[in-house]
Amino acid sequence: MNAQDTIFYFFSAVLILSALGVITFRNPVYAALLLVLAFFSAAGIWLLLEAEFLAIALVLVYVGAVMVLFLFVVMMLDINLEKLREGFWKWFPFGTLIAGVIAVEISLVMMGDQFKQMTSLEPKASDYSNTKELGRLIYTEYVYAFELAAVVLLVAMVAAIALTLRHRTDKKSPNPSNQVKVKRDDRIRMVNMAPETKE
Amino acid sequence: MKILVSLSHYLILAAILFSIGVIGIFLNRKNVIIILMSIELMLLAVNINFVAFSHFLQDTAGQIFVFFILTVAAAEAAIGLAILVVLFRNLRTINVDDLSELKG
Repeated sequence: MNAQDTIFYFFSAVLILSALGVITFRNPVYAALLLVLAFFSAAGIWLLLEAEFLAIALVLVYVGAVMVLFLFVVMMLDINLEKLREGFWKWFPFGTLIAGVIAVEISLVMMGDQFKQMTSLEPKASDYSNTKELGRLIYTEYVYAFELAAVVLLVAMVAAIALTLRHRTDKKSPNPSNQVKVKRDDRIRMVNMAPETKE
Repeated sequence: MKILVSLSHYLILAAILFSIGVIGIFLNRKNVIIILMSIELMLLAVNINFVAFSHFLQDTAGQIFVFFILTVAAAEAAIGLAILVVLFRNLRTINVDDLSELKG
């Protein structure tokens, strides 16, 4: 076994164990943290596959943004864990059966000789840049898809803000629009009065 | 020395990960948060497949696809969690069994 195999098996073991932890841990905070570990291991495997840009993007986008969002929500909600765990093992045999069938079916296809013969290729030249290659493709061939992805993110952002926006009626605050629109006449009143003289 | 890890190793790893995601949905039928995390696991398995094929077939298009899957998955997680927060604010629960308000 050489270094590449050792790294692959190490990251795979960590990935599978942490994925098992995600679905079995009682506390959702531990589950979220184990999911972070799973994403880190997956990023390691992607580095092994010479997908450097995506590996870093996975760590930055998933671990840095999505999982922090998950952790925020998990910690913000005050949930009754006991009630959510009811019937936890009831569906275990059925679920394992279905998942086992899926795994065996996929594996039977993937064990085929045509996939097994594809072992690691020669490493790319040292001046090859995965990021540059992806950037070249994204801004030329896939530029419309890229713009659509940007729109999807914008819509998601607007939807998330609109969903969670809450108009509170019990708070008192000045209305900036009214403050800006105020005119001189609303604030002062000119009065004509005769000068007062000392008798 | 010959390298033993082949494409099928990566594909079987992804298959196992996908199955763990499926089991997770069955086990945590009542907890919406863990169901969302299981969906993330399944998406990760699919992404591993894409990256592995992209590497062994020497075709960068697979990595572009993973890029877009990551985008959509991030959007999905953000909206899913926003719905979850609104749900909890209104009903004080995230139990799937209690979310039958739309039943006819």
